[in-house]
Amino acid sequence: MRLAEKIPLWLDLIAAVAERRDDTVRLMEVCGTHTMSIFRSGIPSLLPDNLKLLSGPGCPVCVTSQGDIDRILAVAQLPVVTCSYGDMLRVPGQDGSLESARAKGSDVCVVYSALDSVRMAQAQPTREFVFAAVGFETTAPATAAAVLEARRLKLRNWSVMCSHKRVVPALHALFAADTTRIDGILLPGHVSVILGSNVYRALPSLYDFPMVIAGFEDWQIVEAVARLMELAAGRQMVLENMYPEVVTPEGSIHAQQLLRVVFQLGDAEWRGLGNIPDSGLILAPAFDDFDAGRRYGVRPIEGREHPACRCGEIITGLVQPSDCKLFGTACTPVHPLGPCMVSSEGTCQAWFKYHRHEVAKREAAKL
Amino acid sequence: MKTLAHAALALPTHISLAHGGGGQLTDDLIRDTILPRIGNDTLNELMDSAILDVPAGHRIAFSVDGYVVHPTCFPGGDVGRLAICGTVNDLAVVGGRPAGIALGVIAEEGCRRDLLERVLDSAGEAAREAGVFVVTGDTKVVGRGAGDGIYLTSAGVGFVPHGRNLRAARVQPGDAILINGPIADHGLSVMLAREMPELESAIESDAAPLNHLIEDLLSELRDDVVFLRDPTRSGLAGVGADLAVACGHRVVFEEERIPVRPSTRHAANLLGLDPLEVANEGKVVAVVRATASDHALAVWREHPRGREACLIGHVESVPAQMPPRCELFTRIGGRRLLAKPYGEQLPRIC
Amino acid sequence: MCLAVPARLIEVDAQLQGFVDAHSNKLPVNCVMVPDAVPGDWLLIHAGFAIHRLSEQAVRKTWDLLEDLERRVEEDSHAIG
Repeated sequence: MRLAEKIPLWLDLIAAVAERRDDTVRLMEVCGTHTMSIFRSGIPSLLPDNLKLLSGPGCPVCVTSQGDIDRILAVAQLPVVTCSYGDMLRVPGQDGSLESARAKGSDVCVVYSALDSVRMAQAQPTREFVFAAVGFETTAPATAAAVLEARRLKLRNWSVMCSHKRVVPALHALFAADTTRIDGILLPGHVSVILGSNVYRALPSLYDFPMVIAGFEDWQIVEAVARLMELAAGRQMVLENMYPEVVTPEGSIHAQQLLRVVFQLGDAEWRGLGNIPDSGLILAPAFDDFDAGRRYGVRPIEGREHPACRCGEIITGLVQPSDCKLFGTACTPVHPLGPCMVSSEGTCQAWFKYHRHEVAKREAAKL
Repeated sequence: MKTLAHAALALPTHISLAHGGGGQLTDDLIRDTILPRIGNDTLNELMDSAILDVPAGHRIAFSVDGYVVHPTCFPGGDVGRLAICGTVNDLAVVGGRPAGIALGVIAEEGCRRDLLERVLDSAGEAAREAGVFVVTGDTKVVGRGAGDGIYLTSAGVGFVPHGRNLRAARVQPGDAILINGPIADHGLSVMLAREMPELESAIESDAAPLNHLIEDLLSELRDDVVFLRDPTRSGLAGVGADLAVACGHRVVFEEERIPVRPSTRHAANLLGLDPLEVANEGKVVAVVRATASDHALAVWREHPRGREACLIGHVESVPAQMPPRCELFTRIGGRRLLAKPYGEQLPRIC
Repeated sequence: MCLAVPARLIEVDAQLQGFVDAHSNKLPVNCVMVPDAVPGDWLLIHAGFAIHRLSEQAVRKTWDLLEDLERRVEEDSHAIG
C-alpha cells in the first residue's frame, strides 16, 4: 500500500481509539526535533480533541538551567571567542543573550560543528576560543571528539563550557515524579542511534505506559502515534522500535566509547526537573585543561528565572503554553522570557508560531 | 588620451581612501573601472543628477535599497547583481517599468580592485538583462574595518502606466496565488557560503531581474492581476503573513505545490531551516483572479524566468471571530499557521 | 532534538576525515564514530559527524516511502540509485 494511503488509515485508527476514551489521552514526545516536525507538518490539526501531544524535556536549549546559560554569558564577557551552535544564540540569561553580547562587542561565533571551533583555535593561536557545548548524547560525542582533537593538537587556546545532559536519567526523574499522567511516550530517534534501544527496555513496565522509538518525518510520527494509541488501548506496556533502519538495540559502540573516554557522570541542573543525579556529562579529570569553567574561574551561578515563567512546568507536561500568563503577551519569540519561547524547537515557540490561532479558536469555542 | 600601458600602470590593485576623495583618483576610478562596466550615454555625462523624460499618462514608482550581503560574492551572483535585481524587482512588483537606476558604491579601503570590477561587471550584466540603465551614481571609500569590502545602495525610478493598480486591498477570496519557480535558492546559497564555506553545493542564487516576466503578465492579464510581491528576506512565509494582514483574508499555501529543488531542501534540512522562510531574489508571488490563473501560468511558462511557474495556493475568506492569517496545508493533510520569521536565520543543530 | 540527515560517503582518509554528498551538497564529515564506513555508504550526519551507517536497504525503504509523498522526486531518484 502506498504511504499516501496509509496516513489516513493511521489517522482513522487514532481517532477510533480516542473516541472510545472518555478522558483525554496524553502522549509525550521528548525530542525537540519531534516537536518541530509535529507542528511544522500540522499534525495537531489532524488529531482528535481529546488527544494531547505534550512536549517533554527534549529540547537541549529549553532544559539548560538558567545558571548554565549565565555561565556561558559570563565567559562571553571575557576576551575570548565564544563558539556556539546557532540554537543557543538568542537564549536569554539574567542579562542579555549571546546575540546581545555580540552586539555589545563580545566575540561570538556560530559554528556548525564542535570541530570547527577547534580548527579556528588551531588557525589563530593568539586568540582563545571557548566552545559552549549543549545537547544530549547525540551531540555530546561530537564534543568528545573535539576535545580529543584539541588534545592531539596540543591546543592551549581552546576549551569547552560543558552543559551536556543524558536523556535516560531525565526520563526516570520525570516519570518517577508521577505528577503528570502520561499514556505513552514517543522516544527520540537520533539520540537512540547513539544509546541503542536497550537503554529504555525497563521503562515501560516500570512506569506503566507504552513507548515507541520514532523517526522524524511527518508520516513516521503519525504512524508512531497510531501505534502508541493501539498499545495504550490494549494496555500493552512495551517498548517498540519503529525506526529500526537507524536505531539498533546496542546503539553506536564508537560514540559510546568517545563519551566514556572524555566524560564522567555528574549531577546536572535541569530546568523544570531540578537537580538530577548522574544526568550530566562532565569532563573527566584527564581533560581538566580543556574545562573553560576551570580555566577562567567561572563558578557555578545560581539561576534566577523569571518568576512568572512556566517553562519548567511546560517541559514536564504539567501545563501547556496557553496556561502561562506570559505566553503570547509579555513572552513572544521577538521578546522571549523563557527558553521554550527562544528555541525554535521549544514548545512555546512552536505553539506561538504554528498553532496560535488554533489555540485562540479553541479558547473561543469554550466561551 | 592615455595609452593602454599608462592606464595599466595607473590601476592600483587595491582601493585606497583617496579613491573616494573626489579628486583625480576618483576620476580615474570612475573612468577606468566604473564607466566601462555600467556606463551609457546618460551616466557618461557624469551630471550631478540624471534627467528622465516621463511618458504621458504615467505615475512614478520610486524605490531604494541597501545591499550589504556577506559574502560579497556567492554562487549564482554577487552584491552587484543583487543591487540591480533587487531594485528592478521592487519597481516591477508595483507595476513600474524600470526607467533608471542610481547606484551608490561604498568600498572599504583595501578592497581589491578586481572584486570591485567583478561586482560592477555583474551589475552591468544584470542591468542589460533588465534593459535598464544606471543613470547616476556615487563612489565613496570608508576606512579599513569600517565596511565589509563593498556595499551598494541602489535607488530606482519606474514609470507606472495609467490604470495599473496592484494592491492587497483588491485581493478577494477565491483568488489564485502563483509563483514563478522554486524557492529558497538565494538565501541558502548565501548562508552556505557564509556559514559553511567548506561545503560545496550545487545551489545557486536565483537573483534575476523579473521586470520582463512581470510586464508580460500585466500586459496579458491586465486587471486580473491584483497583487505582486517579491518574497525576499522573510521568504514566502513573510509574503503570505503580510498579505493576509493587508488584505484581511485567509491566505492558504499548499505545501505539496510549493516548488523546492531537492538539493535546496536537503541543505535546508542540514541547517534546520524552513525553505518557506528563506530569501529569494528572483521570485515573484502573484495573486490573480481564479479564472485567469491558467492563462497567467501559460504566460509565465513562456518566459525563461518562469518555466517552473506554478499555482501554490489561494485566498479564502476568514471564518467568523478569527483574525486574518496565512496557513499552510501540509502534505499529510494537516493545517498550520505560517508566521513571519523573526529575524536573522540561524542554523540549528540540536 | 538532534537534526540529522542522510548523505552518501564520497571519500574518507586514514584520519577518518571524509566528504559526503547530500543531494549535490558536498560537505566534510568526521567518521570517527563510523570507522568502518567506506565510500558509497549512506551515513547519518549530525553536526559535522557521521553518527550511523545506514544499510542501502534502509535508505531505499525510506526514499521509496517518501516518493509516495513527494511529487517532485525525479532529481532525487538518480542521486540514490
